[in-house]
Amino acid sequence: MTQNVATLIPRLTAICGRDAVITDPLELATYECDGLTSHRCRPALVVLPQTAEQVADVVRACAQAKVPFVARGSGTGLSGGALPAADGVLIVTARMRKVIEIDAESRRAIVEPGVTNLAVSKAAQPYGLFYAPDPSSQQVCSVGGNVAENSGGAHCLKHGFTVHHVTGLEIVTPEGDLTWLGDGTGQAPGYDLLGAFTGSEGTLGIVTKIVVRLTAIPQAVTTLLAAFDTTGQGGAAVSAIIGAGILPAAIEMMDALSIEAAEASVGCHYPEGAGAVLIVELDGPAEDVIAETAAVRRIAEETGSFEIREAADPDDRAAIWRGRRAAFAAMGRISPAYIVQDGVVPRTALHDVLDRISELSSAAGLRVANVFHAGDGNLHPLVLFDDSSEAESAAAEVLSGAILDECISHGGSITGEHGVGVDKSKYMPRMFGADDLDTMQLLRCAFDPAGLCNPGKVFPTPRLCGEVPGVKREPHPLVASGQAEQF
Amino acid sequence: MTVHSIPAELAGACAEVRAATVADAVAGVRPSLVASPATTEEASAVLRAASALGLAVIPRGCGTKLDWGNPPERADLVVETTRLDQVVEHAAGDLVATVQAGVTLKRLSGVLSEAGQRLALDAAGTIGGILSTGVAGPLRLRYGTPRDLLIGLTIVRADGTVAKSGGKVVKNVAGYDLGKLFAGARGTLGLITQATFRLHPQPAATAYVTVTCDSAGACARLVAAAQQASIAPVAVELHHASRADQVVLAVAIEGDSHGVAQRSEILADLLAVEQTSQAAAVADRPPAWWGRGAAAQADGTVMQVAFWAGRLASVLDAISATADRTGLDPLLEGPAASGVLHVAIPATADPAQVAAFVAGLRTALGGNAAPASSSVVVQHAPPGVRELTDLFGPVPSLGLMRAVKQRFDPDRLLSPGRFAGGI
Repeated sequence: MTQNVATLIPRLTAICGRDAVITDPLELATYECDGLTSHRCRPALVVLPQTAEQVADVVRACAQAKVPFVARGSGTGLSGGALPAADGVLIVTARMRKVIEIDAESRRAIVEPGVTNLAVSKAAQPYGLFYAPDPSSQQVCSVGGNVAENSGGAHCLKHGFTVHHVTGLEIVTPEGDLTWLGDGTGQAPGYDLLGAFTGSEGTLGIVTKIVVRLTAIPQAVTTLLAAFDTTGQGGAAVSAIIGAGILPAAIEMMDALSIEAAEASVGCHYPEGAGAVLIVELDGPAEDVIAETAAVRRIAEETGSFEIREAADPDDRAAIWRGRRAAFAAMGRISPAYIVQDGVVPRTALHDVLDRISELSSAAGLRVANVFHAGDGNLHPLVLFDDSSEAESAAAEVLSGAILDECISHGGSITGEHGVGVDKSKYMPRMFGADDLDTMQLLRCAFDPAGLCNPGKVFPTPRLCGEVPGVKREPHPLVASGQAEQF
Repeated sequence: MTVHSIPAELAGACAEVRAATVADAVAGVRPSLVASPATTEEASAVLRAASALGLAVIPRGCGTKLDWGNPPERADLVVETTRLDQVVEHAAGDLVATVQAGVTLKRLSGVLSEAGQRLALDAAGTIGGILSTGVAGPLRLRYGTPRDLLIGLTIVRADGTVAKSGGKVVKNVAGYDLGKLFAGARGTLGLITQATFRLHPQPAATAYVTVTCDSAGACARLVAAAQQASIAPVAVELHHASRADQVVLAVAIEGDSHGVAQRSEILADLLAVEQTSQAAAVADRPPAWWGRGAAAQADGTVMQVAFWAGRLASVLDAISATADRTGLDPLLEGPAASGVLHVAIPATADPAQVAAFVAGLRTALGGNAAPASSSVVVQHAPPGVRELTDLFGPVPSLGLMRAVKQRFDPDRLLSPGRFAGGI
């Protein structure tokens, strides 16, 4: 522990109380990674504030001591966005979990950052409302983390991402000031800092209160499961559904290998012999859903589906979703280890990219299971490998990166919902030019001139604020100080 | 500064540079020059030259909202986007389109409709202008404002640096979303040259259900009733022509034609439960006043009132009480269910009364209470009103906004002074 951090202990204890400051190495180990377990770093200190004022005081103390700090919600992120800084403070919002207000008439809820995503929908349910963004970790992930990552979910095809459902944020700036971005109306005067902050992966400050938009629970929901011989047929069905002017709440696809894993794991009983299954969920006013369901069934049949199941009640629906929800974890049944990739391609390029992934997979001698949000072209290839072999682990990493290159070359993105974090910062220059990244840094520097807030995330080589681009003769100061790495 | 002839740097940067005329004035401030770049590269060269010369730059589309906001502190060079007029790509299968900033929404809509698609924004002007002002019409209830449909952006910074953010896929969280920052920034952070949007299919059918309300309370109840999940409207607009008239609501329903017909009937029945002076009417065309927004009163004062939608009744009461106190009779119109109303006062009104109305309404809606939960922003106003009024009112996090402006445009060359807080 550096001297700077050590001097913070009494101050943070005075702010948050003795039981809210963790220094014990064993306890600290709990926090050394988030959902991306391949990156680990033990923080110097963990602090668990209970109020926005405490967060502000903690951040101000860090800023004055020039100690880096990282915010963490439930720690479910998959890109290492909440990976601690070794000589820094990890500020955990888990104790800030009050649903402060449900304003049903205005369709708004005000919540603290540690509230879980699902808890918002549960609190809104008595009013016939729900919180639309539904990342698959919604039972445990925090709304504060959702804001940082601009989380999506299976239903964002129709209902949008976190940024479409947040209308106000109370934040602590990296200098320790408590302020509001937006006023809950969705139409606040001035720059849309709220929109820019959402999805900034914890690099622009820490959220302490969130005003979310609530949505009317749809009158009707129908879930269809259509089985195909090939992912090509499934992809053709997706294109035809969208081409028919239908916007389902969700369109998910799983290939043969991911179906195999899901069957082994949860016994989802998908149609036997399916080379691909499509899950299509339609929601809205009852009459419209009936018409759309009929249209989707017809399209699935025309594009070669050999079996279609329809769920109209919650139990049937849960049965259809069981296999999809279990897909990631199910990989453990068929492989010692796996990398969850998160890339996006234009929907019309899905077929080509899947073919290419199959070629890459054969060439590398590694299996790739494909689970994806087909409606918006968001792929989650799962690269399976044996982590007891160093060579195979390295090959898996290379294959995973090659898949991202395919996404980029088709005009897509290196991440649709998991974020850049530490995991993908090295890929950012493949998607954006130096001027693009420099321009993003302008925003970073406006919020965090000292570069203390979640350093080393999102951007590969953070230039110091005020530094002029040019030839470098010495190591970057952030690299020299161990706060950043160069790839 | 005064520029008497076209500087060589600028002439070399752009094929179309001319001396400005009276018609190029920006909220009464006359610039010296007008440049019309046709590509992002040319726009970059223009801004680089302007930056080297220290010229204050005002971006302009077709100029429909150029008088919005404060008059610029300085205006040397208008950079108009009308030659950036290409629909770059319409990927119909992906429901995505990329357009240059000078394309009008009307023209883009024509191109998209050939594939049965649309950009679900019901506003007027160029794509760059609509983005920069952040305007949205009735459809905002279902589809949001321009920032919600924008998925990729190309901008030119004050020093000529070209930068992109986002991309051409809808789902994308790589890097900061600078599109959010530039949407609604009124040209104070950079020049938008190209944008990529998420599209939606055109609905098979649309119906409008119109009903008259006899009180603010009834109006609020009807707005709530219209938003039931069984109706799922895409827009709920309010219209109150004058204090002698009753409030009228119109609800738009889109979708499958059978479903739309049935939902319209259900809604008409639902609305009839409230005591109204006439039965609800169902039509396949919107009322004449539908979605006029700030155009409701072209020469007068129009302010946008934003509030938490559930407080509609008290907002209507506050507007009414403020009108009483100031002796005015404003026109109210707008997407009430989205928590937005436009209040329009004719150009003939006494500027002092209008200024008193703006200030009075801000106080009535909560004044400087923190955190703010409402705002009153004057979109456009005659010069006499502008001089007496703080157009934007209190702005949360103004310090951070100034810091952002300082980073993007340290020499204050882009639309200086036009925006909130004098940014």
